[in-house]
Amino acid sequence: MNESQNAIALEGTSPRVAAVMISVLAGIAAFCGLLIVLTFEATLPTIKKNQAEYLRQSIFEVLPNAHTVRKFQRSDAPSQGLESTRESGPILVPLVGEESGDELMVYATYDPSGELVGVALEASGQGYQDVIKVLYGYQPSSQQIVGMKVLASKETPGLGDKIELDPTFRRNFLQLDAKLDDTGQVLANEIVTVKAGAKKNGWEIDGITGATISSKAIGRILNASAADRLPVIARNLSRLEAEK
Amino acid sequence: MRGVAQLRVGDMNTDSLGFIFISATVINNFVLAYFLGICPFLGVSAKIDTAMRMGIAVTFVMLVSSMAAFGIHIVLVAIDALYLQLIAYIVVIATTVQLVEMIIKKYSPALFRTLGIFLPLITTNCAILGVALWQTSRQYDFLQSVVFAIGAGLGFCLALIIMAGLREELELSDVPGIVDGAALTLIVAGILSTAFMGFGGLGG
Amino acid sequence: MSPNDLTMDDFLKGLWDENPVFVHLLGMCPVLAVSNTVINALSMGLATLFVLILSSALISMLRRIIPKQVRIAAFILIIATFVTVAEYVIQAISLEIHRGLGAFISLIVVNCMILGQAESFASKNNVVTSVLAATGAGVGFIFAIFCMGAVREVLGSGTFAGIDLFGPHYQPWVIMILPGGGFFVLGALLLVTNRINGWLVARKEVLEQEVAGSSATPGR
Repeated sequence: MNESQNAIALEGTSPRVAAVMISVLAGIAAFCGLLIVLTFEATLPTIKKNQAEYLRQSIFEVLPNAHTVRKFQRSDAPSQGLESTRESGPILVPLVGEESGDELMVYATYDPSGELVGVALEASGQGYQDVIKVLYGYQPSSQQIVGMKVLASKETPGLGDKIELDPTFRRNFLQLDAKLDDTGQVLANEIVTVKAGAKKNGWEIDGITGATISSKAIGRILNASAADRLPVIARNLSRLEAEK
Repeated sequence: MRGVAQLRVGDMNTDSLGFIFISATVINNFVLAYFLGICPFLGVSAKIDTAMRMGIAVTFVMLVSSMAAFGIHIVLVAIDALYLQLIAYIVVIATTVQLVEMIIKKYSPALFRTLGIFLPLITTNCAILGVALWQTSRQYDFLQSVVFAIGAGLGFCLALIIMAGLREELELSDVPGIVDGAALTLIVAGILSTAFMGFGGLGG
Repeated sequence: MSPNDLTMDDFLKGLWDENPVFVHLLGMCPVLAVSNTVINALSMGLATLFVLILSSALISMLRRIIPKQVRIAAFILIIATFVTVAEYVIQAISLEIHRGLGAFISLIVVNCMILGQAESFASKNNVVTSVLAATGAGVGFIFAIFCMGAVREVLGSGTFAGIDLFGPHYQPWVIMILPGGGFFVLGALLLVTNRINGWLVARKEVLEQEVAGSSATPGR
């Protein structure tokens, strides 16, 4: 911050005046810094609580039968045991402590008796205007996506935001086929958005007339995320189920 | 499609440079779609000549402050003081403007005279702070940030110059007294903005 | 005139005569960008009012200490601080509102209206007057952004603050919530203000003539 003060002070003033200016600005800056830190500290717990609550609600929305949620994360520890040889990729372990933010996060949900209901995953990608962020629920037992919620989007209100509001479009995601092929490495059928009303197969999404680009974006986002993460889930299924 | 067992690290932005550029310039034009930098857009768009100069000055400041903001963000993350982000960015922008002003004054007095009054105004041009904030929230890497800043700057130039061209024509036509001035400019801007929406499909 | 009248006048002129948006064309960016619903518009207006009042008060308190050469830098520092404070407070109150406003909360910093108020008023007047004037300008700003939000939401979505107005058969004018609609509505509102001001000026002239004609009437 001193740079700006110097820059302004340099223009033809004596060093003493400059010193006064710098000390005044430094004083103001110190006061401002203090104020910001105090507010930050005071509001942080509430903000965290709000965010966690929002995510929790969203998870229960995409997986309505869920009762409890457990977070899983990619293991940092070097792989061990038979299951995690090099080909099989990352293993998932229950999250301990703080979320590190940009790691693969899996929200596994269980019914009251402790059976795995499904997993919720976050995904994001480019929409019509800006990045769309979604949360979707995946049911390993039926290999289907069973719910989807748009967490954040800046799609055009009245057109693109139908991906959040349109009931017919949302019905697409109650039973969306996301089977893996026999190798367990790739999706058997890519998830695609087709023209409104043209849906024939379980893995197709009926698009929205007037929001073609946004609804196609949702298909792309889901497909990319599912292709990327479902194999990991499938391999780690026993781990997810074991955690009660 | 992405490699099978390979995990994407978080939500790192993977947009291509070309897309970022097109998006910032026309699809999400800062003036016409995000309403950033409206003050200079209304104030300095009466003549093509001044509009062009203002546009260039803004693009330049945008580029420099975007690079500076990128560095600052790294520092703030390192010392875990993200809550100082806004205040740090605005100080950097003010400094950049001041520096640009001094440099131009020293090396090109002629340019300074023509650009002079606009430079301090740039500090309160929200488009510049917008670039810094958006590149951070979209987690662009350095190259992406630079392209984004240039794209946004050129988009700003484009909107300003088109507007100035239209307004020069409007000078010559007979406009009812009541719509003259800001109201007319805004309505023209509305038509422009609607026209620019047509670029939306480019991203799909 | 007593000092009291003077301060009330400072408050009132921000509302209409010197409305920051309709008359001075300041702070247009948020007025256009976050006025697609009434709720967003009001939250933005309140956040701006908050920053405007607090920064005006602090700047007015410090006006004798801040050297003239560095005043702009100091003002910006102070404004940025209060904006950051406002951002965290909003996040704590409601994530929903924070999502609606997005990056535009941070952009209150560069709302020229606030810096303009600091430079032209708060740095020259005492705290009480500055706060009153800031409240006036802020309320004027809320009035403007509220008008925008109301027009755009009612026409564009057929709702007011989320309440359905016209029933399911209303076909909304989607253009109104699109960016273009923002420009159109603001342009139209400026027209209306121009027109009203035209009437006011005309009426004032008539009144003045009447007063001049009957100057024998006992004074107030």
